[in-house]
Formats: sequence, C-alpha cells, structure tokens
Amino acid sequence: MTLVAETAAPERMQRRELSERAFAWALIAPALLFIAVIVVWPLVETIRLSFTDATLGGENWVGTQNYAALFADPKFWQVVGRTFYWMVLAVSLKLIVGLIGATLLNAAIPGKALFRVLVMPPWVIPIAIGVIGWKWMYNGYFGLISGLLQEFGLVQDRVALLATKTSAFYSAIVTDVWVGTPMVTLFFLAAMQGVSKDLYEAAWVDGASRWYRFRRITIPQIMPVIVSMALLSAIWTFNSFEIIWILTEGGPRGATTTLIIDTYKVAISAQRFGEGAARAVVIVVLLASFSLFYLWFLNRVNRHYGAK
Amino acid sequence: MQIDRLSLLQKIGVYIATFCFLLFILMPFIEMLRVSLRPMSHLMTAEFSWWSEDFSFQAYRDMWKTVPLLGRYIFNSIFVASAVTVITMIVVIPAAYAYARLDFPFKALTLGGFLAVNMFTGAVLLIPLYRVLRSLGMLNTYWAMIIPGVAFLIPTGIWLLRSYLEKIPRELEEAAFVDGASRLYTLRRVVIPLAIPGLIVVGTAVYIGAYAQQFLFAITFNNVREIQPLPAGLFEFVGYQDTTWNELMAAALTGITPVMIVFLFLQKFLVAGLTAGAVKE
Repeated sequence: MTLVAETAAPERMQRRELSERAFAWALIAPALLFIAVIVVWPLVETIRLSFTDATLGGENWVGTQNYAALFADPKFWQVVGRTFYWMVLAVSLKLIVGLIGATLLNAAIPGKALFRVLVMPPWVIPIAIGVIGWKWMYNGYFGLISGLLQEFGLVQDRVALLATKTSAFYSAIVTDVWVGTPMVTLFFLAAMQGVSKDLYEAAWVDGASRWYRFRRITIPQIMPVIVSMALLSAIWTFNSFEIIWILTEGGPRGATTTLIIDTYKVAISAQRFGEGAARAVVIVVLLASFSLFYLWFLNRVNRHYGAK
Repeated sequence: MQIDRLSLLQKIGVYIATFCFLLFILMPFIEMLRVSLRPMSHLMTAEFSWWSEDFSFQAYRDMWKTVPLLGRYIFNSIFVASAVTVITMIVVIPAAYAYARLDFPFKALTLGGFLAVNMFTGAVLLIPLYRVLRSLGMLNTYWAMIIPGVAFLIPTGIWLLRSYLEKIPRELEEAAFVDGASRLYTLRRVVIPLAIPGLIVVGTAVYIGAYAQQFLFAITFNNVREIQPLPAGLFEFVGYQDTTWNELMAAALTGITPVMIVFLFLQKFLVAGLTAGAVKE
C-alpha cells in the first residue's frame, strides 16, 4: 500500500507541474506573439536592413558601409552629443521640477485635492495637442511669450523663439519638461505619501527642521522611485519624437535634430531605409548601453552605501 | 497634525509657489482658451494684450467648417485608444497572472525581455513595422494604429498588473483548487473579480498611454483622413500662413474635453492606484 502511494505521488506532482508550465506559457503566449511580431521581428529586420542600401527601389548588401559613413560624419557625432545633452538636461529638469511640485502638492494646505487634479491635464491629453499650444505660444508675432517679454521690457522687438538655433533648442526643452513633469510629479507625490509617518514624528520630536526632514527622510525614502523614474524618463526623452517634430521638425538648421528625428528624416522622409536602419541600430545600442551602465552604477552605489 | 502645521507666512509661500507651478502646467491651456475666444483679425494685427473687448465664441462655430472632420477625429481618437486598451488588457491579464503566480522556465528572462521593450519606441522600428503592417494588409486602417499601440503598452501593463495580483491572498485561489476548480476557472471566477480595482487602475494607465501617443503611428501608417485621430488630424492645419489659430485652438480644446471630463471622475482611482501599485517596489 505504502509503496504504491509513494510512487504515485511524485508522478502526480510532476504532471501537475508540467501542466502548470504549459498553462503559464499559454497565458503569456498572446503577449509574446504581439512582441515577437511588432518588436522583435522588426528589430531583427532593422539590423539586417542596416547592412543594405535599401530604398523604395530595392536593396543590395553593402556590409558595414552605412555605419562607416555614419561614423565618419562629424555631423552625426554632433547629433549624438546633442541627443545626450537634450536627455540629461530635460530629465534633470523634470526630476527637479517634479520633486518641487510633489513637495508643494504634499503640503498640508487647504485646496490640495484640487491642485492635485490641476497638475494632470498635460499628462492625460494627446501630447501633440499640448505641443501645438506651445508652438503657438512661441511664435514671434502674436505669441504669448514674445508678448510677455516685450511687456516686461526684456526684449525690444518681437522674438520668434523657434527661429534661432539656441532659443529653439531650449524652447523644445521647456516643452519637453512640460510634457513629462506631471507624471513625474504624481509618482513622486504617491511615493511621498507612502513614507511612514512615524519617521517624521520621531525626527520632529528630536527637533529636526523641515528641511532636514526633507533631506534626510523624504529623499532617501523615495529614492527608489526617483531612480526608476529617472531611467524611464531618460529612455522616453531620448526617444521623444512628437515634441520636436511638431515644434521645429529638427530645425532651424539642425539645431533641434536629435537621433530619433535624424532617423525619422532619413528613413521615412527621405526613404533611405538602409541608412535609416543603421541610425536606428545605433539608437538601440546607445540606449541599451546607457541603461546597463545606469543599472550597474546604481548597483555599485547601493552596495557602497549599504542600501537594501 | 501638529507636525504638518505651517505658519501663516509659510502657507503664503506654499500657495505662491504652487500657483507658479500650476501656472507653468496650465499656461498652454489658458493661452489656447484665450486665443480661441478672439477673432482672428484681432489676433494677427493688434499688439499683444491680455484682454480685449471682442471675446466671442465665433471660432467654436466656424471650426466645424474649417475642420470638417473634427467630430470624426474626436471619435477616432477615443475609438483607437479604447480598442488599444481592451486588446491590451485581454493580453495582459493572463500574462500578468502567470508572472504573479506561476513558476515556469525562462520566467525571469521573458519578463526582462518584456521590460526591455520599453527601450524601443515605434520610431526606431518604423521601417520594418511599415512592411509588417503592409503585408498584414493593415496600412491605412484603424489596425495600423491599434496593433503597434498595443504592443508597446503590453510591457507596462504586465508590470503594473503583476504587482496588484501579487497582493491578492493565495489562500482564495487554493480554496478554489481544493474544491476542484480548474486553473482557468479560478482565474476567471476568483482572481479577476478580486482584481477589479487593480484592473481599473491599469486600464486607465494603458488608456492614457494609448490616448496620449497616437501621433507617430497615425502620421506614418495612415493617410486616410476619415480615420485619423485628433492630434494627427489637427496637425494638418498647423504651420501654414493662413492657419486660423483661433479655430484650431477651439477645435483642440473641444477635442480633448470629453476624455478630460472622464479623467476628472477617474482621477481618484488613478492617484490611489499609483500609490498602491507602482510605488510598491
């Protein structure tokens, strides 16, 4: 009797486990299929195309010629540099403004529930619509910003902010920060509300100032959220397309051309698929290296400070 | 609580800072409203001024003639975002359950793979994506906007929903198993009903993603005006010498109003959901 039971049990266990595996794979199959067809296969195809001179007419294998041409072009390295500058500046501003915003919205003042709602609109509308609004505000003839600058006597004449290189770049940054800030703010706010009240009370009893509590309790406690928002935000900002495309299409004279804009122009507007694909591959490699480096760096910092 | 109390001066400071912050956030909307309420002739000729006597709602009447498909654009936007959300949720719910509850080979690897998808936007993959959609016969149809939209929202959906499902006590499922229920039955009749608050939050987050980012796929994969979503439809009117900005702004504001109203009702869920779900780790 006992012998039978002992042999039967593991068999049943095994069957159950097998079916659990099969069941799990069945559950994730649709998601995998979607990603395979819409992301993985196009990615493989992009890599293949990057070694060809594909256009609408046809394609020939050209080896690494696209890459060689790309890396030899000083303009391309300018674009790469600009993209990283764009990313670092915009993400830093988003995190800083988001942190300030979250702190304000977290303050115990009457009306905070309303303020929390008012921060949401840029996040919950189509990005392109908000950017069209900014495009209007930046125009020189009757735009709000030019008008205000004149009103306050900061400039003599009308300024078309999107028409000169430097101002166009920083205008695009401001708009990008505007698009990204609400989400960052709300995530930080949510994290702040998750911090245990006991910590604050203990510090308060010890006579810690508000600034001290912010620096030594709030910031360390929400650090995991800051860190993950920074990475996500960096990836999105690096890939940000609509904002620049609607404001300037990468102009004037390339001043706002980031890698993604450059890729779109070459691949889609000019239909030079091979060269465009090479640029796309560079984007993927740069972003993947950046993410890995970021995670590695984080890991080291964490170990160094003995954080969890 | 006493610890949170601010002195009058501090309160004033917080209000002023909050006002500045919200002004930055809301400025484009205020400006769009201001522009939409003024006659075009006044906007173009007069010196900049905050206020003028000739506010009118004329642009809100004329816009239907200038942008004849405005109603369609609004519908298309909502339709595409809704379709993306429904399909995404159908795909995400089982997958998130598998990652939350089951053990299987390559679990960590495939989950990492899903998250890595976040590194790509459609913009990087447009060329082959164009060919995929063409060979599936989806170019210039709603599907051209829906299918890529779904693919790029699946990872976020799985990630968010997984952390909700992990919080549902296992005992309830085990009780169902003991009663002889199948896994699928348990998922349908025990897990999903319990997860409804989480599903609403994740669904809302997916909807926001789908609604906010309809531009790129629409301008690249679709050139049929009648099915263009709002941002792509209105973009056509931007940037010309004779753009009637007041009507464009009126159309933009009208276009975003329906969804905005829905979100005003859902915002409690959303903020609560962020607190509970995304911040957990």
